[in-house]
Amino acid sequence: MVTATVQTIQVKHCNFEAKVKTAGSGPPLLYLHAAGGPIWDPFIEGLCERYTVYAPHHPGTGETARDAIYSVENLWDLLLIYEEILDRLGLKSVPVIGTSFGGMMACELAAHQPHRVSKLVVLDPIGLWREDAPVAPYMLMPPDKLVATLYKDLSSPAVQAALKMPDDPNEVAVVTADLVWALGATGKFVWPIPDKGLKKRLHRVKAPTLIIWGEDDALVSSVYAKEFASRIANSRIEIIKDCGHVPQVEQLEVLAPIVAKFLDS
Amino acid sequence: MKVTMFHFMPYRDLPESFPDKLHSAWIDAPWWEYGDANKVTDVYNWSIDELMLAAKLGFDGVGTNEHHQNPYGFMCNPNLFGAILAKMTRDQGLDHVALLQLGATISSCPPIRLAEEYAVLDCLSGGRLIAGLPTGLGADVSISNGITPMEHRERWREGIDLMLKAWTAKEFFAWNGKYTQLPKVNLWPRPVQEPHPPVLIPGAASSSTWDYCHERNFPYAYLSYFGGKSSENVMDRFWERAAAKGKDANPYRAAFLQIVGVAETDRKAEEEFGKHVEYFYHKLLHQPLGYIAPPGNADYKSLLNVLVSGKKLLQISDFTTDLKPLKAKDMIEREFVVVGSPATVRDKLTAIAKRLNVGHLMVALQFGSLPHANTKKNIELFAREVLPHLQKLWEDQPWENHWWPKKLRTRPARQREMATA
Repeated sequence: MVTATVQTIQVKHCNFEAKVKTAGSGPPLLYLHAAGGPIWDPFIEGLCERYTVYAPHHPGTGETARDAIYSVENLWDLLLIYEEILDRLGLKSVPVIGTSFGGMMACELAAHQPHRVSKLVVLDPIGLWREDAPVAPYMLMPPDKLVATLYKDLSSPAVQAALKMPDDPNEVAVVTADLVWALGATGKFVWPIPDKGLKKRLHRVKAPTLIIWGEDDALVSSVYAKEFASRIANSRIEIIKDCGHVPQVEQLEVLAPIVAKFLDS
Repeated sequence: MKVTMFHFMPYRDLPESFPDKLHSAWIDAPWWEYGDANKVTDVYNWSIDELMLAAKLGFDGVGTNEHHQNPYGFMCNPNLFGAILAKMTRDQGLDHVALLQLGATISSCPPIRLAEEYAVLDCLSGGRLIAGLPTGLGADVSISNGITPMEHRERWREGIDLMLKAWTAKEFFAWNGKYTQLPKVNLWPRPVQEPHPPVLIPGAASSSTWDYCHERNFPYAYLSYFGGKSSENVMDRFWERAAAKGKDANPYRAAFLQIVGVAETDRKAEEEFGKHVEYFYHKLLHQPLGYIAPPGNADYKSLLNVLVSGKKLLQISDFTTDLKPLKAKDMIEREFVVVGSPATVRDKLTAIAKRLNVGHLMVALQFGSLPHANTKKNIELFAREVLPHLQKLWEDQPWENHWWPKKLRTRPARQREMATA
């Protein structure tokens, strides 16, 4: 278990009190979480062995004030907040890893500030739209359907561990409220269709980019890997077999060395 | 008590197999499989006739609302129907009947347009409008109309502020809002009622909405589908919040919606209404939580309140599973619906109004598949045997109803005669 701290950064833009979970040692790495809110998982723990991981919490989620989301009005605000966080952390150029919604934000950041993203790793990102393979309406799903959409094999121990809820019903209520709120707070930037112009901006990405996709992703189909790759000049695709939307949970042992090798190269 | 006949205007002809096949009756019921426009012609015309019958038989108000993409109730804009009712009631000398627009959804339409439409209704009816301003159901606001759930409550608040200013300002103004920007506002027409028509806020147990009502001195209409007993938790907390905000316990601060079926005896009522009750709860209300409130729809405080309180606040939360095991008999016993003889209905509604402390009752006398003829009988029996008793409620108390159109606050003698005839 790595020791992690949460640092507070008072961002000028939107007067947002940012919270950045920080752990590990080595060169810096920025990690952007998925729509369900910040999760500290074995994948990030593994990264901490070789990197100093900075994991900002999306406004309204994690350690940030729940109401903070109201003053972040649009994607432009959100990007300027990330830019300011990078400034305040003193990160001139940094590798960025983003998963799902975080993958979309990592792409947005790399397109907005190409010189500040040294390498880009996206895991099953949303952000594009194909009529023949619509992104599943995950915000509208009942919990059982959402879980079945996220994972290929619900019975695997890693998935079961990821889904474990606290025993205390009051804690369950808070965890559930936080999850629903995180979906709403991230959903503010993608509702009702996660196609907010990224397709026009992806050509700006300069960073060497690794596009990772679970082959059986039922939330955002792996056909999207090509959509991202065709728009990012210096990119390649890794499709992970026997894997749904969350490779870092379902296929960590396959994923970790692929990411490590790419970051080392 | 002011008693309004409220209409859902549902589709009355869904097949037996309907609920089991679908994730939801909202959004997910394919029109091309289940809908028939010729039947809808009947539905709209019957529904208007039913409301007009209630108006003639002495009800204090007639009520319409807004919903989208479902067979539960398809008034896409309540003001289309409000306009018809305004004109018909006026032409038929029913100038004592209020138009309770239980709500156009201000967060999903241009607020200035709604300010105009409500002003039109108030003019057309000669000052009989009650302006319902619901926060709106997730399915309607965010799915059918694409509004970001996280923004919808802010849009609703801003929309109401803009509407009130547009109704009352005696100067040109520019509106530089977060969601609406207008270079110059000078609304034509303005409402007849001064300073503006009474506002009513319908809601579904959000603690933030209660606080908003008390802060703004607006009455709250609790839209429970599960009757008086299961609403005690909610309304008790509403009144606790009122006291905490320094508001009195004036029952006219609250309204309550109730499905009602009256027949000659309790047994006959159960026979006559049973299958229509099941049609309503099993087919029409068939809606999952994610559609009622997609993430961001309820603010964090309200969300946590609902989750922590659990069954202590809302016994039923997922309409697709919680309701399935219940038969009409259960729902009558648990008083989701008030179905019975005139004496039973009278007693139960009186008890509900007193227990919840509500001064406005909205009764849905057509619900589910209840046919036109049965609905008319229900309205007639209710108007004759139940309504006059309910209208007397609270009259022995000093409370004043500040939230009803001024000219209708005292019922004309003629209406009393008709109600007791």
